Amino acid sequence: MPAFLLKRLMQSVMLLVIVSIVGFVVLNLIPGGPMAQYALDPGMTQEDMNRLAEQLGLNRPLWVQYLDWIWRLVQGDWGTSFRDGSPVLDVIGRHVFATLLLMGSSTVIAVAVGTWIGIRGATHRYSTFDYLATVGAMIALSIPTFWFGLIGIYVFSLKLGWLPAGNMYTIGDGSVLNYLHHLIMPSTVLALVHIAIWSRFMRAATLDAISQEFVKTARAKGVGERRVILKHVVGNALLPMITLAGVQLPSLLTGALVTETVFTWPGMGRLFLDSLGYSDYPVVMGLLIFSAILTIAGNLIADIVVALVDPRIRLA
Amino acid sequence: MTKNEFLKSGYSRRAALRLFAAGGAAGLFAPHLLGRPAFAQTPPAAPTGRIIVGISQEPTVFNPLMAHIEVDDGVHFSMFDALFRIDPQGVIVPNLAAEVPTQANGGISEDGLSWRIRLRDDVRWHDGEAFTAEDVKFTLELITKPDFRAWRTTGHALLRDIAVVSPTEITWRMERAFAPYLSFLTETFIVPRHILEKEADPNTAAFNQAPIGTGAFKWGKRIAGDHLELVANPDYFGEGPYIEQLIFKYIPDMTVLYTQFRSGDIDLVGQAYITPDNYEEARNLPGRVVTLVPKGSVESIYLNLERPQFKDRAVREALYLAIDRHAIIDGLNYGVPGMTETFMPLQSYYHNPDLPKHEFNLDRARQLLDEAGWVPGADGIRVKDGVRLSFKNSTTSGAHLREQAQQFIQQTFAEIGVEMTIENLPSAVMWGDFWSQSQFDTAMVGITYLIGADPDVTNRFHTKAIVAKGGSGSNNAQYSDAEVDALLEEGSRTFDPEARRKIYFRVQELIRRDLPFLPLFANTLVYGHKEGIEGYVPNGNTRTESWHAAGWFRA
Repeated sequence: MPAFLLKRLMQSVMLLVIVSIVGFVVLNLIPGGPMAQYALDPGMTQEDMNRLAEQLGLNRPLWVQYLDWIWRLVQGDWGTSFRDGSPVLDVIGRHVFATLLLMGSSTVIAVAVGTWIGIRGATHRYSTFDYLATVGAMIALSIPTFWFGLIGIYVFSLKLGWLPAGNMYTIGDGSVLNYLHHLIMPSTVLALVHIAIWSRFMRAATLDAISQEFVKTARAKGVGERRVILKHVVGNALLPMITLAGVQLPSLLTGALVTETVFTWPGMGRLFLDSLGYSDYPVVMGLLIFSAILTIAGNLIADIVVALVDPRIRLA
Repeated sequence: MTKNEFLKSGYSRRAALRLFAAGGAAGLFAPHLLGRPAFAQTPPAAPTGRIIVGISQEPTVFNPLMAHIEVDDGVHFSMFDALFRIDPQGVIVPNLAAEVPTQANGGISEDGLSWRIRLRDDVRWHDGEAFTAEDVKFTLELITKPDFRAWRTTGHALLRDIAVVSPTEITWRMERAFAPYLSFLTETFIVPRHILEKEADPNTAAFNQAPIGTGAFKWGKRIAGDHLELVANPDYFGEGPYIEQLIFKYIPDMTVLYTQFRSGDIDLVGQAYITPDNYEEARNLPGRVVTLVPKGSVESIYLNLERPQFKDRAVREALYLAIDRHAIIDGLNYGVPGMTETFMPLQSYYHNPDLPKHEFNLDRARQLLDEAGWVPGADGIRVKDGVRLSFKNSTTSGAHLREQAQQFIQQTFAEIGVEMTIENLPSAVMWGDFWSQSQFDTAMVGITYLIGADPDVTNRFHTKAIVAKGGSGSNNAQYSDAEVDALLEEGSRTFDPEARRKIYFRVQELIRRDLPFLPLFANTLVYGHKEGIEGYVPNGNTRTESWHAAGWFRA
């Protein structure tokens, strides 16, 4: 195990360096830059914009900027936001809670509902339920999240008035119930796609497990069907899902990009889009590294958990 | 007439009256100094309630001297004071200053070089310290410090020998006479010396994240990415505040911004306001007051005059004739914007109303091009001396109304043998070097030409302001005319409004003749707020709806 962890750690560091170089270069290849937002200000002159660019260190050669940035990063300094002048980690930190809340609740919904649909679809193969689940999954996967979001707002907020049209809470009311009320729509919308993916994989994995010899053996030994499914089939079918969960973790972040905009949710997805719009390079790079670390950690944890629960796998 | 219709028309008449009262016609009534009509409801004795302003960008820069964007202005105007303010009629009025200096009252010397400002003696910072002339000196000096990430420095860079005469009097000398400086000072908010002078690096000072000002509202708290809460400053020296909390709620999507205005989640739609396509629906919403407010900016097609296609004035005139502006205003923009022939805002004292009126006339356009020797080639596109009358038009991608206007103009241009291709770019690209270094052929752009209400446009039209030729400014069209240069220089040295009016009338004539840009319309904003919010006065001379939140209250 320690040898495995060391190897994975080395790989991860290499990966982070590559991601950061690619990210940095691509970001800087985009013409324009942070000064564009001031270009139309009345009374703004080119000198003022040149001065600002110089003060932000933007007129240095790209490789110098990169080395400077990564050297600071290694020392734990993630840089300072161009836009609001505070440390990048503080900026990200201010948005983490909102995203975690949204991701957490939508993951719970996606896993619970997706697993149930997947198992039921597999055990009732080719039933009406199974067909409906398949079609539903196709629809959920092919329709953009923002569309679901806007339709949800139109129906449940504007027409029915049941749910708020976005925001994390009502200003002036920070109660738990108020948060939950605001969470329902965005987390359901964000969960939709993941329910679709999760249920398809769960269905396949369950079918895989059902046809295994040990299931036949269990049935032959007279174990009740319910117990066969819950203990022998689902237990084994969930193993590949752990890996899937690891891979899916960062995609929740990308899903949040859209969901957070539609529902005015003050999370990291919104921050990423805004920072990109203002060419706030330090924050964009910070978020890139942050999500790369999240991806690597998600995969690593999934591998370790699989190894722990599945005695057939040895990490080396 | 059914009862329903009657109610409806009754509502709109009431709304129209309210609109009139709330500032649409503020100029006619010239009511209170800072705009509140005398016959409106009276505000409460103590600050009560909360007003939530929805805005489509997030304010993040709270040090008002640092580089910031339009949406930050609302916070600065609410938390800080400048020496002067500009009222909705374009008149500069005292704010922290006790009077506006003029050559007549001796505040500005005859040669325009020596300035003396007298200050109020009853102003305190939010932490209780007294505001003095030292704060003003510190502020003006900080702006031009080499390491400080200041916003624009135009005007400030001309200051010499800033001297504190007494706590309520400050003087300085100017390197050269610069009349527009008074307007720059209306947007230069004074920061506290006693807090910022202790900071080693003012760029990263704690102050920047929780500032202390003299304004009607104090810093409350900020939930990043969501909202900013300001609270009433009961000791404010000026009018108001009448509300306990002023909240700027960030709503990142224009559709959602409007949806939340409909649903009542926000009390007032701030920057970037209601889109013209929603205007008709919005003004019929029950319980909402929706107003059209002329803005200082003019939407136009900017021509890069150094491109060989545009060197010939006949071409520019022909292109202008080939734009169906009424269709763009009424058809594409729902009749919201106003017609204009100049860069000067319609409501300005300096607006020249006697400029030649645009006409949409394709025959005349063809005739002009024929006479100038531009003859259609094999593909129907006109050519002269090997130059094809073909060019690109660019703007921010994703701006739907602009994209529609582009396609519309493309069609009428094609009818006179001109090929315009559309190449739109993301905003950071469009307004980067592509724009500032004049790398575009033509651009569709909305530009605010004036600082406050000062008519000076040296920055946009003087030969020395062509950045692509090593100049300083933002003359992106690369316009150059000796008479305009001379007039602009004279105008910026002249303090007398009557004399300046003549100068800028002539500048407008020349610009209208030369057409460095083809005006499309004067931008008009669609403001909206809930019924029952009073004291709300739009001010086209500022960039924000929240220029005077101190006067707002809930009836």
